Amino acid sequence: MSKKAKTKKIKIGKLEKREARAGYLFILPWLIGTVFFMLYPLAQSFYYMWFNIRINAKGESVFKYVGIGNFTQIWLENPEFPQQIVTYLWQTIVQVPIIVVFSLMIAIMLNGKIKLKGFFRLIFFLPVIIVSGPVMNMLVSEGAATIPTMNIKSIINAFDTFLPYSVAESIGEIFQNMIMILWYAGVQILIFLSVLQKIDPALYEAAKIDGGSAWECFWKITLPTIKPMILLNAVYTIIFLSSNEQNVIITMIKTAMSAVTKEKGHGYAAAMAWMYAFIVILIVLLFFMFLGSKKDIYDRQVKRRKRQMKKDARQLKRVERRGRYNARKYERESRRGKYKTYSGDGDY
Amino acid sequence: MKAGAENTKRIPVTETIKKYFTKEKLHRFVFGTKERDGLGKQIVVYGLLICIGFIYLYPLLYMFSTSFMNRDDLLDSSIKWLPNTLHIQNYFVAARSMDFWTSLFKGFTIAILPTICNVIICMFIGYGFANFNFKGKTIFMGILIFSYILPRQVTMIPTFVLYSKFRIVGTLWSFILPAAFGNGLNAPIFILIFYQFFKQVPKVLIEAAKIDGAGYLKSFLKIAVPSAGPAILTVFLFSFVWYWNESYLTELYVQGLGTKSIWTNLVIQIKNFDYGFETMEPVGDTATNLNESVRMAATAISILPLLLMYFILQRYFVESIDRAGITGE
Repeated sequence: MSKKAKTKKIKIGKLEKREARAGYLFILPWLIGTVFFMLYPLAQSFYYMWFNIRINAKGESVFKYVGIGNFTQIWLENPEFPQQIVTYLWQTIVQVPIIVVFSLMIAIMLNGKIKLKGFFRLIFFLPVIIVSGPVMNMLVSEGAATIPTMNIKSIINAFDTFLPYSVAESIGEIFQNMIMILWYAGVQILIFLSVLQKIDPALYEAAKIDGGSAWECFWKITLPTIKPMILLNAVYTIIFLSSNEQNVIITMIKTAMSAVTKEKGHGYAAAMAWMYAFIVILIVLLFFMFLGSKKDIYDRQVKRRKRQMKKDARQLKRVERRGRYNARKYERESRRGKYKTYSGDGDY
Repeated sequence: MKAGAENTKRIPVTETIKKYFTKEKLHRFVFGTKERDGLGKQIVVYGLLICIGFIYLYPLLYMFSTSFMNRDDLLDSSIKWLPNTLHIQNYFVAARSMDFWTSLFKGFTIAILPTICNVIICMFIGYGFANFNFKGKTIFMGILIFSYILPRQVTMIPTFVLYSKFRIVGTLWSFILPAAFGNGLNAPIFILIFYQFFKQVPKVLIEAAKIDGAGYLKSFLKIAVPSAGPAILTVFLFSFVWYWNESYLTELYVQGLGTKSIWTNLVIQIKNFDYGFETMEPVGDTATNLNESVRMAATAISILPLLLMYFILQRYFVESIDRAGITGE
């Protein structure tokens, strides 16, 4: 209904219509795929999470509605999952800024006039092709991931003097896995590097002529220019950390999914997965809040004005329509003789 | 008296220092001028880069050096980096346990086929998003980004059930099919790469082709695709590496949880290395033979194929992000 009205109003030309059709054809595989492999499973897993699903001897799955039973099960009877979720939340919030800042530092250093730039880039990008959960786990378990001369205990003790022990311990953990954390920075370094190279050098020159130091240039030119990329890298890092197999939670979800015990199973795993997704999206939103670009005040004003104009136009149209309707109604009813005009003889 | 002598000596020295090494000169030497970087800055930059580079390479160096050690070297605390003898035996044992050649071939197949699908389909989709205007485009883009942010675990369970219904769990189709419909591993990133790239292709070219009578498909194949070389290469390399390194989903879909499937790859072999080693070696021998060096040797040969590929194609890897224009203009 509304579609018809719109086409009537705008009147898309024949060529544009054809172009739109071609566009739909080009993205058609993705549309089908998204419905089948994304939206449909999404809805179904939302449905699963309220059920206890068991597979009986015939291989059919038996659904039993349990309401929020799965959640209470996870939170009250399985102490490991909530604990891991909290650890994950905390670790990600700490690690992401470290990775992003570190990669920005490296990128800025590589962006300067240095020799062997290609060689350094080669080294810093190397981990990208190696990082896979099992290999990393193997390296960590054999002690290849810690710098042997670093004394973790003393670092923890140093932080323990002015911070609560749990915080100090997790800081120590970060130091312990420093290499692994740095290893996650490969793609981010390259992204920062390529955006740094695209900043117009004339900007820096102008700033220098006006007496700006390198420090000021960094804060006033470099940082605002690459701000969108910082957000991009932060999101990339979060997603990478959340889908990496070093992450204990996703392994737990998989084992819960294939478990055949009475209370676990697909429904239980779905509930876990939804909570996990909620946490991941929460973290992403958090970083959006901090790093998302605030719109230009001019842009905002223009937008508000446009919205106001649209609203006014709509209002005007409504008034017109009602006026027309009322006029017609009045005409119709006056024809039927409902209203009598006052003829002026003192008699209504 | 001694102190007095020293005093008389010291004054001229400090004065000469003051004369030749003025504060400005020193400052210029260390911090550099506007044209030239100073020594101090250079030392700091190179020092940091070399230190961090070493830290980056440390796990690999450790891995390679440990993998050549035999049992005596491992127990000897005086040996840190260089083993007494090159104990290559570790590699043979690890390769035998991992079934190296078949795993390599299967892993290659698992990685390359979905990658080809990914490249072709994502190219179409990216072009569709970049060059046409249609209703709901912003919503579709939103869904695209959302599908990237959403953890795979949410959709994993029903997808597994769906695949089981179609009987494609435990076959390669469970990877190829989603990739062929633009929902492969990290497909949103690849679609966005192509989207960015095709937006930069001048529209004039495509319009000229249209005037000459080319249809939408023809102008895409003849003009957009040939110019998209860097983007194709980027997507191909990244997709290949990510599929190669994926163990979580491979184990679930292609290897099939609970089903007897022939598919495996090196990364999964590494994950189950201890178990595989125990089943291969005769009992009793296991505890003595399975040591750090064998594990490290196994890790080394599992990443060796990609490492080789990286060093051969390094230029394309490192420049890929630059040239594919992910960062936009």
